[in-house]
Amino acid sequence: MSGSPNIPSSEITPEATFHNRRFFMKSAIWAGSAFATAGLYRTFAPRPEVKNTGAAITSVAEPALSTSLAADEKINSFTEIAGYNNYYEFSTDKSEVAAKAKYFVTDPWSVQVGGLVQKPRTFDLADLLKFESVERTYRFRCVEGWSMVIPWVGFPLSKLLSMVEPTSAATHVGFETYYDIKQMPDSGSAGIDLPYVEGLRLDEAMHPLTLLATGLYGKTLPNQNGAPIRLVVPWKYGFKSIKSVVKITLMDREPPTTWSLANPGEYGFYSNVNPTVDHPRWSQARERRIGEVGSRETLMFNGYAEQVAHLYAGMDLKEDF
Amino acid sequence: MTFSSDTRFHRQLVVFNGLLPALLILLDAWRGKLGANPVEFVTRATGVLTLVFLVITLMVTPLRKIYGWNWLLKQRRLLGLFAFFYGTAHLLTYLACDRDWHLQTVIGDVSKRPFIAIGMFSFALMIPLAVTSTNAMIKRLGGQRWAQLHRLTYYITIGGVLHYYIIVKSDITYPLIFAIIVAVLIGYRVVASIKKARGAAPRAS
Repeated sequence: MSGSPNIPSSEITPEATFHNRRFFMKSAIWAGSAFATAGLYRTFAPRPEVKNTGAAITSVAEPALSTSLAADEKINSFTEIAGYNNYYEFSTDKSEVAAKAKYFVTDPWSVQVGGLVQKPRTFDLADLLKFESVERTYRFRCVEGWSMVIPWVGFPLSKLLSMVEPTSAATHVGFETYYDIKQMPDSGSAGIDLPYVEGLRLDEAMHPLTLLATGLYGKTLPNQNGAPIRLVVPWKYGFKSIKSVVKITLMDREPPTTWSLANPGEYGFYSNVNPTVDHPRWSQARERRIGEVGSRETLMFNGYAEQVAHLYAGMDLKEDF
Repeated sequence: MTFSSDTRFHRQLVVFNGLLPALLILLDAWRGKLGANPVEFVTRATGVLTLVFLVITLMVTPLRKIYGWNWLLKQRRLLGLFAFFYGTAHLLTYLACDRDWHLQTVIGDVSKRPFIAIGMFSFALMIPLAVTSTNAMIKRLGGQRWAQLHRLTYYITIGGVLHYYIIVKSDITYPLIFAIIVAVLIGYRVVASIKKARGAAPRAS
C-alpha cells in the first residue's frame, strides 16, 4: 500500500504516551503474574508454627516404660507433632489438618465400651480424665516411611478394659472414630470408608505399652492429634493408633480395620513395624525422622521388640503382616 | 496492542514466573519454613511443578488455534525446559534425600516401586527433548523430524500423571485433576486430527 493513511494527526497517540501506556501494561502484567505464581505456591506450601493451647494435665512420669530412646533420638517439637498429621476425616494434606480440625467439638464426649464384657459402660470426658495420667515418650512410625518421637500423656488401655471386665469369650478389641460429615466436610474425598475402625488382639490391647492418650507435651491433645482420646500402640504403624475414639467393643473375632478394608494386599490386621516386610509399593527398611534430613534404620517392632516380640512367637510375620 | 509481538517481554515473563517457585522454595528452606517434612514437601512441589509445565506446553497449541495466541509458540521450548528443570530437581531430591546417594539401592527401589520406574522412564524421555531444544538442533534434525521427536511430550506427561496417581495413598483429587486436563488436551488433538482427515474428503451436506 502507498500514500499516507487517513488518520487525522489529532488521533495519533503521542510517542511518550504510547511508551507510558506500554510501560504501565507491562508492569501490571509483571506484578499480576508474580502475584498469581507466588499465591499459587503459597496455597500449597506448608503452614508455619502451631501453638499448644491445650489445658494442662497432671501426670506421673514413667521413664521406665518410655523405653530406650537412643542417645541421638530427640523428642519432636510441638509444631512438628501438631502440624503434620494424618487425619483423613479433615484433610489428606498433612499440613492442612491442624487448620481444618480447629473447630472440631470434643467436649462433650463419650466413649461407649461394650460387646463381650460383664459391665458395659459409657465413659464421659470427666470419667476418662479420672484415670491416673502417665507420661510416655514413644517412637511413632508411620507406614508412609516417616517417624517422630512423641511425649504422650494418657493411661494404659488395660486399666479401662479391666473396669468393664471382658468375658472369657473375648479375644479381640474393636475401636471406632467419631464421624460426622458436618464437622468433617472434606471427608468425602478421603478415599476410605468412614467411620474409621481399628482393632487389636486382646493380649495386644492389654499390653502395658498400649496407651489411651489424652494429651501430649503435658497438655490435652490438639484436635488434629485425635482429641480428646486416642489409642497409641507404639510397636505398630501409626494408622493402628486410632484417633478420637467413641466406641470400644470386645469381640470373639478379628474386627474389621479401615486400611485393610481399603487395600487388603497392602495393609494387614497386625501392621507391626517390621523392617524386613516391605509395603508392596515401598521399602520399610528405613525411615525419615521428622526434623532430620537423612534417613535412619527402622527397628523391629519400632524398637519395642524386647517388650512385645513374645506376643507373636511362632507366627509368620510375612504372612500376618 | 503490541503485546503479541513483544517476544523479549514474553521471554522475561516466562523465565521470571518459571523460576519464582524455585526461588520461593529456596527462600522457605532458608527460613526453615518447609514444614515438618521438608524433603517430602520439596519432592512433591518439584514433581507437581514438572507436571504443571508439561501441561502448559501442551496448552500452547489449543490456545493458538482457539484464541490465536501465536506468540505462545515462541515460548514453548522454554516452558518445556522448565519442566525438565523441575523434573531434574525432583529426581535429585529423590536421589539425595530418599536414597541418601546410595545409588545401588535405586535399582532395587525401581523394581519394587513401579511408579518410580514410570517416573524415571518419563524423565529419561525428557533428556533428548531438552538436548534438542536449541535452534541449531531444529535445523539439524529438520522441522518435521524435530516435531515428531517432540511428540514424546504426550507420553512423558501421561507417564508423569500415572507416576503421581500411583504414589497417592487414597485421596486422588490432585492426580485426577491433572489426568482430566491431560485427557482434554490430548482429546483436543485427536478430535482435531479426525476433523482434518474428514475435512480433506468431500463432505455431504
